[in-house]
Amino acid sequence: MNEYNDITILDAVERYIRGEMNPDERLHFENLRKTNGEIDQLVVEHTLFLQQMNRFSEWQKFKNTIHNVHSELADKGEIKDGLKSKAKIVYLWNKYKRVTAIAASIAGITALTISILIWSVSPTHSNADYAKLSRVVYANEVKQDIIKQNVNDLMYNTPDVKKQKGVFINYKTAATGFLIDPKGLMITNAHVVKQSENIKVFNSKGDQFNAFVVQLDISRDVAIIKIDDPKFKSFGSLPYGIRKSTSELAEPIFTLGFPREEIVYGEGYLSARTGYNGDTLSCQIAIPANPGNSGGPVFNHEGEVIGILTGKQTEADDVVFAIQSKYIYQAVDNVKKNPIYQNVKITSKSTNLAGLSKQQQVKKIEDCVFMVKGD
Amino acid sequence: MKQENNEKILLQGLARNDKKAVETIYRDNYGMVQALIINNNGSTDDARDVFQEAMIVLYEKARSGTFELHCQIKTYMYSVSRRLWLKKLQQTKRFTTDFGNPDSVVPVEDDLEDHLKRDQEFGMMEKAILGLGEPCKSLLEAFYIEKKNMQEIAADFGYTNAENAKTQKYKCLMRLKKIFFSHYKNGTQ
Repeated sequence: MNEYNDITILDAVERYIRGEMNPDERLHFENLRKTNGEIDQLVVEHTLFLQQMNRFSEWQKFKNTIHNVHSELADKGEIKDGLKSKAKIVYLWNKYKRVTAIAASIAGITALTISILIWSVSPTHSNADYAKLSRVVYANEVKQDIIKQNVNDLMYNTPDVKKQKGVFINYKTAATGFLIDPKGLMITNAHVVKQSENIKVFNSKGDQFNAFVVQLDISRDVAIIKIDDPKFKSFGSLPYGIRKSTSELAEPIFTLGFPREEIVYGEGYLSARTGYNGDTLSCQIAIPANPGNSGGPVFNHEGEVIGILTGKQTEADDVVFAIQSKYIYQAVDNVKKNPIYQNVKITSKSTNLAGLSKQQQVKKIEDCVFMVKGD
Repeated sequence: MKQENNEKILLQGLARNDKKAVETIYRDNYGMVQALIINNNGSTDDARDVFQEAMIVLYEKARSGTFELHCQIKTYMYSVSRRLWLKKLQQTKRFTTDFGNPDSVVPVEDDLEDHLKRDQEFGMMEKAILGLGEPCKSLLEAFYIEKKNMQEIAADFGYTNAENAKTQKYKCLMRLKKIFFSHYKNGTQ
């Protein structure tokens, strides 16, 4: 019954709001509304609700309309619902360009990280390289200093680029020398002996002999010295000959020298027929060479002297230069102008060494190779 | 002058939910908005959603009666669509810098604020009606949206008479009003 009343009241309220009441009924209801607060409240509330419902229904209808219009226009082809291929590419690019950018960044970072990792995981290798390099540089600086000092003190006036670039190995007090005749004439580095009043040469057994300078060729950094010591016993003949002609490319070679207090053997090959900056009196060889090796003899496999080791290019690995042995003949011819040395004879014959093993060759040669020290 | 009149007629039609007017506005503006959305990280679906929402904003503006469009419909649609899409991009945090042509827009922030509020209310109503379930949903929609009378409803829904339909409608209405007003109060507080 109560519910029935409520339904009747609500029905009346709705009819009132919609203006569906006849004038009498309406007047009656308005009186009721004035006297009954509850009814009045219900009218206000329901009006609000119905307004909202109306607007909602129109909103829904409009949504339906635009939805239908969209479908119809798309069907008629008046608007483009699908994407044309170009638009699709633009759309896909726009949609994924950030992803692409991020992916590219990640790839870049990953590559960098891997590089850094590899770099940091292999530190020993790179450090070793680095240390080696700096050692070379240090040695080079020392060399340059020595050369400068030489220039200042003694007008050591080498015109070529060698000393400016510091490419030659010079050792302040010691170099290598070797006999070119059985009576004690030998070839060594010019810079070791030129400023020295006293020159000492040491053989591989440690015996030492006094020597003096016979001739200096400062431009080639080669000196001819003579052992002048009663202890020195003349050789009957030298085990090796000195080659007159240019050697062949790729010819196997070896050298003996004193990069330390001990005689050291090294081997390699002839790598170019000319020397530094195309110098035709020199040649390029590949051989382990260290300070102290310069002035040493370069032998071919038959035991012929083919050159005098002079220095190496520090900017490049395994680039060592030697003066070709034919130069020795020129130098000795010069020396022979002095009547004292007019009987000096050097030979290209190496009867004793050809065909022997390296060990046997070296055994015979080593007595003729000396460490030269100048003060 | 002619164009202004045309636009006025179009807007009046739009306010009445006149299909012809809706179609004309739709046809004249859809391509422009679609291009804007697609060139700024949107899909065709995004373009349709944004355009239709902009249409609703325009519809509400036209219906408000006080509406005087100080610019062309095209400019208004562009401004609203741009704003709506910018907002959506900011929400999804995909792309937050400005885009489009800021010179060719008119201020629409107030209109959009009104629209957002209404949208929430209608959305809530829609949800409430859906939540009623059948037969309440259809019954109330038939009476309040399709505006059918009780005799028709009784016949459609198979009630023996209008009184039974009325009773059923009353019960459904009470449930809906309860939901509506609880939301309404929460919404307005």
